Amino acid sequence: MSANDLYTLDFSTIGAGDHARVGGKCASLGEMTQAGVAVPPGFAVTTDAFAAMLEHHGLRAEIERALANVDPEDIDSVDRAAQAIRIRIRSHHMPADVEAAIRAAYAEMGEDMAVAVRSSATAEDLPDASFAGQQDTYLWVIGADDVVAKVRDCWASLFTTRAVAYREKQGIAHIDVLMSVAVQKMVNARAAGVAMTLDPGTGDRTRIVIDASWGLGEMVVSGVVTPDNYSVEKVLEEIIDRKISDKHVELVGDPARGEAVEREVDAARRKVPCLSDEEVIAVARLAKRLEKQNKCPQDVEWAIDADLPAGENLLALQSRPETIWSQKKKEKKSSYATGMMSIVGTLTNPYASRG
Amino acid sequence: MDAQTPMFPSPYEVEAPAGAEDWKSIYPYYVQYQPERRAEEEGKFWFCNSQHWPTPFRPFDTIMVDFATKGLGQYNTRHLLVPPANGVDYRILNGYVYFSPIGVDPSEIEARVPQFLERAGHYYANWDDLLANWKKKVLATIDEMNAISFDPLPEVVDVDWVKSGKGLDNTYDLFNAYDDAIRLCYKTWQYHFEFLNLGYAAYLDFFGFVKEQFPSIPDQAIAKMVQGVDSELFRPDDELKKLAKLAVELGVADKLKTGTVDAALAAVAAAPGGDQWIAQWEAAKDPWFNFTSGNGFYSTDKYWIDHLDIPMTYLRDYIERVEAGDEIMRPTARLLEERDRIAGEYRDMMDEEAQEVFDGKLGLARTVFPYVEDHNFYIEHWALGVFWRKMRQLSNLLKDQGYWDTEDGMFFLSRNEVRDVLWDYGSSWAIGCGQQGLAHWPREIERRRKIVDALAQHSPLPALNNPPEVITEPFTIMLWGITSDSIKRWAGSGEGEDGALQGMAGSPGVVEGVARVLRSPDQLGELQKGEVLVTPVTAPSWAPVFGKISAAVTDIGGMMSHAAIVCREYGLPAVTGTGSASSKIKTGMRVRVDGNAGTVTILED
Repeated sequence: MSANDLYTLDFSTIGAGDHARVGGKCASLGEMTQAGVAVPPGFAVTTDAFAAMLEHHGLRAEIERALANVDPEDIDSVDRAAQAIRIRIRSHHMPADVEAAIRAAYAEMGEDMAVAVRSSATAEDLPDASFAGQQDTYLWVIGADDVVAKVRDCWASLFTTRAVAYREKQGIAHIDVLMSVAVQKMVNARAAGVAMTLDPGTGDRTRIVIDASWGLGEMVVSGVVTPDNYSVEKVLEEIIDRKISDKHVELVGDPARGEAVEREVDAARRKVPCLSDEEVIAVARLAKRLEKQNKCPQDVEWAIDADLPAGENLLALQSRPETIWSQKKKEKKSSYATGMMSIVGTLTNPYASRG
Repeated sequence: MDAQTPMFPSPYEVEAPAGAEDWKSIYPYYVQYQPERRAEEEGKFWFCNSQHWPTPFRPFDTIMVDFATKGLGQYNTRHLLVPPANGVDYRILNGYVYFSPIGVDPSEIEARVPQFLERAGHYYANWDDLLANWKKKVLATIDEMNAISFDPLPEVVDVDWVKSGKGLDNTYDLFNAYDDAIRLCYKTWQYHFEFLNLGYAAYLDFFGFVKEQFPSIPDQAIAKMVQGVDSELFRPDDELKKLAKLAVELGVADKLKTGTVDAALAAVAAAPGGDQWIAQWEAAKDPWFNFTSGNGFYSTDKYWIDHLDIPMTYLRDYIERVEAGDEIMRPTARLLEERDRIAGEYRDMMDEEAQEVFDGKLGLARTVFPYVEDHNFYIEHWALGVFWRKMRQLSNLLKDQGYWDTEDGMFFLSRNEVRDVLWDYGSSWAIGCGQQGLAHWPREIERRRKIVDALAQHSPLPALNNPPEVITEPFTIMLWGITSDSIKRWAGSGEGEDGALQGMAGSPGVVEGVARVLRSPDQLGELQKGEVLVTPVTAPSWAPVFGKISAAVTDIGGMMSHAAIVCREYGLPAVTGTGSASSKIKTGMRVRVDGNAGTVTILED
């Protein structure tokens, strides 16, 4: 294994055996890429890169030391230690071979490509971390120096106060939790959002529910805007219900500043649907495909890229298993009437009369 | 709602329309609300069956509702012992028919179950064999009906009959011919219901199961899992499409494009290759042109085979489309694939135990459902088409004898009065005197025609008296798609929150377009390409126009109504059962048809 393969893996080469090294997000991006789903290209910075960082300059020992004196019941002491660790991680240089690997993989993507740098947690981490936005995401990062810095920032985000407190409580060894980072080509999102392959309100699996707003999807995920909301019948692939909302802000890339900026949506676009009906159906089909591929209900982040031609502009950014309804035990009917007795039952009490 | 103010009027309070004050005199006593039974009749809920009888009856035409309700009833009540349901009672009020299902006394339901299991169970278990036999029986009945002839009485009885010692005259055959025709029509209606309710019951059972699994599943998705794609009901339309393609292939299409049917056929016959086309046209005619532009229940129905200009008009449209490069044949392979995809994807969302049950119920529904579609061709189109043709022949014969002066005169008599006329004709022929009816009937027919015309100026009430709190009667739900919800809609204005007309989501999709309101199949020629068809009810023979329209809206009908089935087939949005779209929407209005939500919105007057 070359240093490049050890520390970075292109999404198109992530194999099933690599999942522990690239975290959930990158593994899913790898699977989607290899299944032919349109995903912005990019690479994973593996947990080996993080492990190498920890061994470098005795960082591991420093972290262990900082944590040794923590009283899990005393949130101030947790906070102090966590902050100290984050500063330590950010202030250390990466090992030269790790940094070289990241720079090489980034260069492969094209010259000064705008990318998103996101943490990709491994299984032992905070279960709701990605939902709660605990781990860092950096948008519109340009240039190798910045990419390297943001990767380090992602690693540091493993030691937020909340994450440290959680691991203390659960008795998880801090140093065993490793983090991977996804570096992915930035989407110039005209509109973006989330699609769930069940109705989050009812658990109804025959529906795909889509939230969509202007610009990047982070506004939708974080709840800053009230998105347009669609309910699509999964099998017939038809829009059953739609609520068009006032979408007052959007997050868009500012290449000059090398970051994503929040801006007011102009009046003309605020109350109009951000997706055409065809696009809604395309998003639903994408989510349906990912559900089928992963064999369980999915929560999909997607975006419509303004720079790509219609028909090819829908991209999947992330797909992960839906956790709320999927974990609920379905109330199972003890038995079903079949055959003639069922027909007698139907005649005596037709479904349509049961309200 | 309190008991004093019924949701719908009492039949005893409804006034006769102007010009039709004497309407009761033209229908038999047993279809009327009798004053002596007022309390009993007002205690029942009656809904107007305008789905099957959208226009007022001419007196003869009540034969169909008599035989249909009797056939429906006999299977529930006497053959199969459907546990909770007997037949459907009916009355005529102001020319329209109102139905009221007869439930079984709750204390007797249990006792009927074992009999139902044995009798209905036998049908489900031997469906294919019994159905093959059914087709034989129906075809034999049609043959027998076709063989009937009505001949005018001769000047004298044939000398050979005299010498052979036959001892009977021509009236004997004439009376028999009429009695046979009625008898065969009666037989046809019994066959009509032999499988029908069982077919619907199995479908309803499947429907209920799927709804329980997926409460939000659109009704149309369930229908799509079961629907046949090669139903014989589609054959007449398919035959026209094949003829259109063949005409283009053979290079005879231009000959067909103009002139009368006879002129066009003669031009094709004279053209090179024309023989082959004419042969296929002739082959298609029998049986596939035994196809009504109505529903088979009226003497006014126009059958293609008697009015070749109807299929010729459709054929000309299809030829244009073939020449424009359209693929006009139905994509049956794709439809089948789609049907299996839909069933498969819902199945995948069920747990294992439910999947097994689903497979069983879907299998049965798919076994029985083709009958629900196919019987319509055999009975309403083919057999009843032959019946009406024979009756028109008889009406013409009696017209020639001077009983009336129009071809449709006989249909203003009840079927029993026709028997009287035959008696009058035969007996006066035998006696050698004048016929009493020549004085009576022209005047009486004139009077009755005015009444029927006056009745037709008025729409029926959707229902009478109070509905039950919940509609549990399975046949009301299965055959007419009537539920507590639809009754509430009738009682209200029929409008949703935003002024949209509310109906049933018959076929998915949303379309905006210009409305074309059609009240009779005679107006089908007015339809322009891309218009939204708005009509009280559609019939299977309207299939060719579905290639032209952008959406369909009906007053009457549910998920399994013809308009819904054909629109799903053609991928057009349909909203059915709006109650009043054809009177609220006018031709030329821009409307939005939402086949997902089941709403129709008028955008511009």
